[in-house]
Amino acid sequence: MQHVEVRGLDKHFGSFHAVKDVSFDIQKGHLIGLLGPSGGGKTSILRMLAGLESPDAGEILFHGKRVNELPPQERGIGFVFQNYALFKHMTVFENIAYGLKVKKTPKAQIRERVMELVELTGLKGFEQRYPQQLSGGQRQRVAFARALAPEPQLLLLDEPFAAIDAKIRQELRSWLRELIERVGITSIFVTHDQDEAIEVADEIMVISQGQVEQKGTPWDIYKEPATPFVASFIGESTQVEHAVKLHGFDRAAETAGTKALIRPEYVEVGRPSEFPLLSATEEGVVQHLHFRGSQWLVEVQVGDQKLITYRSLEKEPLQVGDPVRVMVHRAYLYNEQRSWIAENRFKVDPMSMMI
Amino acid sequence: MKKLWIVLTYLVFAVLLVAPLVKMTQSAFADGWSGFVESISRPEALHALMMTGLVVLCVTVLNGIFGIMTALYLVRGKWLGRRLRSVMNSIVDLPYAVSPVIGGLMIVLLVGPDTAIGAFFAKIGINIVYAFPGMVIATLFVTFPLMVREIMPVLEEIGDDQEQASATLGAYGWTTFRRVTWPSIRWGVAYGAVLTIARSMGEFGAVLVVSGNIINRTQTATTLVYQDVENFNIAAAGGIALVLAAFSAGLLLLMEWTKKRREVH
Repeated sequence: MQHVEVRGLDKHFGSFHAVKDVSFDIQKGHLIGLLGPSGGGKTSILRMLAGLESPDAGEILFHGKRVNELPPQERGIGFVFQNYALFKHMTVFENIAYGLKVKKTPKAQIRERVMELVELTGLKGFEQRYPQQLSGGQRQRVAFARALAPEPQLLLLDEPFAAIDAKIRQELRSWLRELIERVGITSIFVTHDQDEAIEVADEIMVISQGQVEQKGTPWDIYKEPATPFVASFIGESTQVEHAVKLHGFDRAAETAGTKALIRPEYVEVGRPSEFPLLSATEEGVVQHLHFRGSQWLVEVQVGDQKLITYRSLEKEPLQVGDPVRVMVHRAYLYNEQRSWIAENRFKVDPMSMMI
Repeated sequence: MKKLWIVLTYLVFAVLLVAPLVKMTQSAFADGWSGFVESISRPEALHALMMTGLVVLCVTVLNGIFGIMTALYLVRGKWLGRRLRSVMNSIVDLPYAVSPVIGGLMIVLLVGPDTAIGAFFAKIGINIVYAFPGMVIATLFVTFPLMVREIMPVLEEIGDDQEQASATLGAYGWTTFRRVTWPSIRWGVAYGAVLTIARSMGEFGAVLVVSGNIINRTQTATTLVYQDVENFNIAAAGGIALVLAAFSAGLLLLMEWTKKRREVH
C-alpha cells in the first residue's frame, strides 16, 4: 500500500498560486527528494503534508486515510525545519525528549530513547549543551533526533542542509542517508540542490511553478528528462535554438522549431586523431578554457553555436583558438508537440555515411 | 567649551532630579521622624496606600494576561488578516497619545451612572465609576500599551518556528505556550510588569476623573498627595510622596536587575 497519496493539491497565498493541482504517491520506506528552484512550491507541499498549512483543494492520505482535517499534532510526522527551530532554552537532552514528554511517556523510557538517539546521531557527550553552544552540523543532528524521538511514521525535512557549510554538508548527506535507511522511515526532503537530491534520494520529484514536472529515480530523471524544464534543470546544459543545424541531428530535428539541450558530457572535443569515427564529428574552434580542478571546461564554437564540454587532464592539452573536431553524441530535442532524446545518427549508423 | 557643557548637564540633572528629591525628603521629615510616621499612618493615608496597592495588583495581573494575549494575537494571529492587525496595532498605542484625563473621561462617558451600561451594573449592585472597578479600568487603559509593546518585539524576534516544531512533536496550544513561548518571553513580561507597576502607582489624571477622589473610599496615594497640597498640608503630602518615590526607586533597581538577567539568558 502507498504510504502517502496526494490528490489534486492546490494552494494560493493571496494572489500567488503556489501549488497547482499536484498529485503523487509515495511508497512506504522510500526516501523522496522534492527538487526545484526556490519559490516553486516545494516547501508549501511539505508544510501541507505536515498540517502546518491547509490546502485550498485536494486530498492528502496517509495509509489510505484522509488526514486533511488532522492537526499537525495528530499526523504522526517528524518535521526538520530549515533553520532547525531548536528550543533555545532547552538542552540537547530536553530538546530530544520534548516529543516524548508531551506524550507523557514514563521518565525511564524517555531517558532510554533519548540516549539511544544521542548515540545514533553521534551527539554523545553533548546532552547538557544548549543549542547556541553547538555547531551547525550538530544542531542539524539534534533537530533530526528530536523529530525521530516520538517514532513518527513520516519524516519531513525542509532544506535540511541549506545552513551548513559545503564540506560538512557532504558528510551529513551520506550520514543522513544511512541513518534513514537504518531507521527505515518514509522520508521526504526538500532541496534546491540537484547534487543533493541525486545523491540522497531514492526517488526525485522535480517541482517547478507549483507543478510536478517529473517523478522518478535520479538515474531516470537524468537519462530521460520528461520536460524541457527538467532537462535544463538537472545537470548542466547548453540550449541550441536550431537543432537541425547540429551535425548528425538533421533528420531527428526535421520539424521546424525543434530546439535542443545538450549536456557537456554528451559532447566530445579533440584533435582529429582522437576520433575513430571522424564522419560523426564537425569542425569547431576552441573559444575559452577554464581549469576546473580535475578537468578542463572547454567552450567551443561550432558554426554560430557555442557548446560546452569537459576534457580530461590526461589528454593532450588544447589551446584557445585551436581548430578541433567536435562530436555531439546525444541531444535532448524538443518542440511544441513533444520532447525526446536523439542519438547522433552518424554515430549510431556509420553505414549511412558510406552511401 | 566642553567643560561648560559638562557643568551645564550636571546642573540640569541636579535641578531637575536631585534637588526635588532632596526637598521632598526634607519636607517629609519637616516635623521629624514622628511627623513622617504620623503623616503616613493617618487613616486616610493608609487607606489611600491600600487602594493604590490593590489597583496596582489588579492592573498588573490583568495587564499581564491580556497584554500577553494581545501581543500573541497581533503577532501570530494570521486569521485576523493583515489590515485588521495593523489597525489594531496602532490602536494599542492610543493611550500613549491620549491624555489620561481624557481616558478617564471616556470611561465615565461609557460606563458612568447615567449610561445604559452603568445603570445596568448599578442595578445588579456593581458600581463601576466612582468605585474600584472604574479605577482599575482607567489604570488599565493608561498602562495597556506597556506590556504589549514589551512582548511584541520578542515574539517577532523568536518567530513561530519553535512553536510549529512543538506542534509537529505533538504539543497543543497550551503546552506549546507553557514550554516554548513562555520561557522566551518571560523577561519581556517581567520588564513590562515593572513598567506597569511603576506607571499605575503614579497614575493620577485618569484615576482622579473616574474615582471622584472620595476620601477613605476611592482615594489613591497620588490623589491624596494632591489633596494634601490643596489643603496646604505640605509635610503630609511629602510623607506619602516619599513612600511612593522610595517604592519607585526600588522598582527601577529591580528593572535594572531584570535587564541584566535578560542579557544573561
